[in-house]
Amino acid sequence: MLVLALDTSTPAVTAGVVALGSDIDVLASRVTVDARAHGELITLHLQEAVAVAGITLRDVHAVVCGAGPGPYTGLRAGMVSAAALAHGLDVPAYPVCSLDATAAEVDSPAPFLVVSDARRREVYWARYGTDGLRVSGPRVDAPSEVDVAGIPYAAGDGARLYEDRLGDGAVRPIEPRYPSVRGLVACAADALRSGAAPDALTPLYLRKPHAKQPGERKRVSA
Amino acid sequence: MSRIVMGIETSCDETGVGIVEIADGQAPRLLADEVASSVEQHARFGGVVPEVASRAHLEAMEPMVRRACATAGMALGELDAIAVTAGPGLAGALLVGVAAAKAYSAALDVPLYGVNHLAGHVAVDTLEHGPLPRPCLSLLVSGGHTQLLRVDDVASGITELGSTVDDAAGEAYDKVARVLGLPYPGGPPIDKAARDGDPDAIAFPRGMTGPSDAAFDFSFSGLKTAVARWVEAAERRGETIPVGDVCASFQEAVADVLTAKAVSAALRTGVDTLVISGGVAANSRLAALARQRCAEAGVELRVPRPRLCTDNGAMIAALGAHVVAAGGKPSGLDFSPDPALPVDTVTV
Repeated sequence: MLVLALDTSTPAVTAGVVALGSDIDVLASRVTVDARAHGELITLHLQEAVAVAGITLRDVHAVVCGAGPGPYTGLRAGMVSAAALAHGLDVPAYPVCSLDATAAEVDSPAPFLVVSDARRREVYWARYGTDGLRVSGPRVDAPSEVDVAGIPYAAGDGARLYEDRLGDGAVRPIEPRYPSVRGLVACAADALRSGAAPDALTPLYLRKPHAKQPGERKRVSA
Repeated sequence: MSRIVMGIETSCDETGVGIVEIADGQAPRLLADEVASSVEQHARFGGVVPEVASRAHLEAMEPMVRRACATAGMALGELDAIAVTAGPGLAGALLVGVAAAKAYSAALDVPLYGVNHLAGHVAVDTLEHGPLPRPCLSLLVSGGHTQLLRVDDVASGITELGSTVDDAAGEAYDKVARVLGLPYPGGPPIDKAARDGDPDAIAFPRGMTGPSDAAFDFSFSGLKTAVARWVEAAERRGETIPVGDVCASFQEAVADVLTAKAVSAALRTGVDTLVISGGVAANSRLAALARQRCAEAGVELRVPRPRLCTDNGAMIAALGAHVVAAGGKPSGLDFSPDPALPVDTVTV
């Protein structure tokens, strides 16, 4: 089956086409690292990947979308695109945790973290076992508050950005830095192959909207 | 030949999807107009919280498109074009609609038109009252905008004659409501309270009406402050605030300035039709005074029904239909939403 995969949870605007059988065969992918261009690039990247793969959007059987966690505005650009594409093409859309998609491409002999930049001096993170499966998280915390006990490695761009503050510099950054097309589809492969109903396309925001209720009204006269 | 156009609107706190059909030489015909509003989620904050609005847009986007298709009794595949609000509005909110519209455009292989929200407020009147005379004037009054426009062609030729130099008219309503302890948004409760009040009880100032002021610009910030001062002074004297009188007098000041300047603009530019739209057009006193003054001046007044005056997708579909019918060039899929899109840029 042909699967479109996309992710906008990090500065990398990621889109691609995968032929999924017993293997995951990436036919084409387009990635641009630009934290300010998610809304401009994601649909163009999908169209370019589809063209390189020599298919049309109408040939696609399913969509896989990274559901974050990630900075909200960029994340929403990808998620609403996935929802609209799936609706327009009349195919299912499968959300996956974007940190899991990064973890799926990690080759580590020990338990590891995936850490991505959450802005406001915080990181999104989750913890994985040597089998690559998530053990805890995703959470959002200050880098110094991330639980690194027994963890020698961390993937994701946040691991590099905050290298000196994750466990006081004791955690070594490893590849990859961003979720890949293959990693995204790997996370949904079982559901795609079995035709299981997808979960709702709900972003992993992990934080409440930043808003304050107004206090007492200010007086205008002295 | 007739074409079917879907419009997507997410510039503020309403997720709107409308569908219209346009035949050659005719005004567009409304097939569906679905709106999901997040206004209740903003009420306790006293104004629209952008992140709350953006989250609500993402949740509502696909359901509104589905509902619009169901209402219109058609499949998505029957669409000939898509129009989306490209600005002005809240950046994060606009982005949700624009990203969705691009993906629908790619999936359905139909052209996409990024269009101006303000021009949509003008174009929507053609759904109710037919083609606009050329030229006509438009008074656009809402929570975010207060503008007087000359419209030579809604698909391509809009010129701003004047606009507010500070608060939008609807914003003044929200702030005065807060002073009086009335709920957000302030328009409907003030309109209601004003019915029991005397519009001549308090002489609130009419902003930007001096001889040296710009003839077609507006200012409502001073009026809002004058109301607050008056209320605070009455409170200091230990008086009960005559909420009805304050509302009626405030509303009279707003309606007086808006209609006086709009009618004067029509007379001075020799244009004989005035369209009032935007959320504040639903205000009963503004509508009544506009009717009276337009009748006296021999100006034809057109006001779309309230449902079409507030933000919705039908207005974007209507504008898109006019652009399509005029042979406008599609926007492509690489444009960015522009939070400050100027009104004379009808398509991006």
